[in-house]
Amino acid sequence: MAITATESHTTVTRPFGPASALSCRECGERYEIGPRFACEQCFGPLEVAYDFSGVSIDAIKSGPPSIWRYASLLPVPADVASRPNMAPGFTPLVRADRLAAELGLRSLHVKDDSANPTHSFKDRVVAMAVEAARAFGFHTLSCSSTGNLAGAVGAAAARAGLRSCVFIPAGLEEGKVVMAAVYGGRVVAIDGSYDDVNRFCSELIGDPAGEDWGFVNVNLRPFYAEGSKTLAYEIVEQLGWRLPEQIIIPIASGSQLTKIDKGFRELIELGLVEDTPYTVFGAQATGCSPVAKAWEAGHDVVQPVKPDTIAKSLAIGNPADGPYVLDVARRSGGCVSHVSDEEIVDSISLLARTEGIFAETAGGVTTGVLRRLLAEGKLDPNKETVVLNTGDGLKTLNAATAGVSATIAPSLEAFRDAGLAH
Amino acid sequence: MSGVNVRVPTILRTYTSGESEVTASGATLREVLTDLETNYPGISARILDDSGKIRRFVNVYVGDEDVRFASGVETATPAGSRVSVVPAVAGG
Ligand SMILES: Cc1ncc(COP(=O)(O)O)c(C=O)c1O
Ligand SMILES: [Zn+2]
Repeated sequence: MAITATESHTTVTRPFGPASALSCRECGERYEIGPRFACEQCFGPLEVAYDFSGVSIDAIKSGPPSIWRYASLLPVPADVASRPNMAPGFTPLVRADRLAAELGLRSLHVKDDSANPTHSFKDRVVAMAVEAARAFGFHTLSCSSTGNLAGAVGAAAARAGLRSCVFIPAGLEEGKVVMAAVYGGRVVAIDGSYDDVNRFCSELIGDPAGEDWGFVNVNLRPFYAEGSKTLAYEIVEQLGWRLPEQIIIPIASGSQLTKIDKGFRELIELGLVEDTPYTVFGAQATGCSPVAKAWEAGHDVVQPVKPDTIAKSLAIGNPADGPYVLDVARRSGGCVSHVSDEEIVDSISLLARTEGIFAETAGGVTTGVLRRLLAEGKLDPNKETVVLNTGDGLKTLNAATAGVSATIAPSLEAFRDAGLAH
Repeated sequence: MSGVNVRVPTILRTYTSGESEVTASGATLREVLTDLETNYPGISARILDDSGKIRRFVNVYVGDEDVRFASGVETATPAGSRVSVVPAVAGG
């Protein structure tokens, strides 16, 4: 059975580093570290709990230029950087002065995670899951994915020498399908939505057919999710060991947003950063905005929806971490907002035109929500703001409205006649 | 009343002696859960909260449909249908 932890190798370092247990986010029940993900008492999500030691800014600064500089804050062995892996992270925090000027903001940064090895933030979370899969002795790496995760799993499995088989909803963007398949693993399209794929994978895990499989976002999810904390650590380090005052984060399942908040709180608790207020805003596409709808209605439960949006990477109609997103937004004085498909397309152009960053639809969603929050007076233009770009526009080319300016004969006359000289 | 197939998640199999699939009867999900409880005491309190609603982090499907798109615990469970209980998972 895949439910008990197996010590497959005798290692000199602790395979899960500072991680001490898994604990239920709902009722606090603690469990031994293993490939388990839901509380046996209340079905609540299990989270990694730690016993931190040896965490210091100096030690972090002397680490490699990747997420592994934060290994002492993650459920990974101390020698993690020396094992074959994608070494994601340490992506640019771009000063977005031209976009800030256009929108009337005092200070804006874009955390550009399209610079990761497979061009989305998913390389961060998969890096954690690969280490857990190794430690548990799983031979196949798998996931349910809206596209980006599939690519990250394919690549990371290839480099780690694991087999992979990923599941996606049929009809995803071609760029995402090719990126998932090129690394040589299996890609299985399911005739249904992401939520159908997710249910299927959850059932597969409980079946002998899925035994010895590590599903990065199901039975390895507690470890996987911790990877998103590295976005918080990097932003803080890149701002000079300060918390941002406002941050806008896209929401699919809500995991990334919740873990960025966890990352900020850990740095505060460890005394590595001054405890200054920060406000978290969540961003969804109107065509899949169950968390934003719950926010608007003042609910603390999230009613699932059937998604219909071009932002397929965010098209999760039943976001499991939705209630926690609402908690973070409420606690930090933020909110959860949404933008239409037209605004997404428009915002992709805006970010590209002003900052030279070509975002996929998810980046269009966060940039669009930034603009909407400013217009509605919900975001303070005088506070230092960070907006996340979590994926690369090359994967969602259909959403971009751009093309050649003119087609002309190869002659100076034709160039002049077309009115192109200026 | 004829049977409904119930797929049991790993964390509830202690109640079903390790069985991953069991049969139950009932015309609605609530009746199916009540019937399950008589054969596997304790199981329904894991799925439903104290007020009888489906717990926040449990997804229940009749066929391929999340019952929250239908009538929740009052969703009809026609003979031969398959009920699946799945813990919610985030990330994708
Ligand atoms: C590009 C991109 N951004 C953001 C997200 C949101 O992730 P989460 O499910 O952690 O909310 C995803 C999820 O697939 C994604 O692909
Ligand atoms: Zn619990």
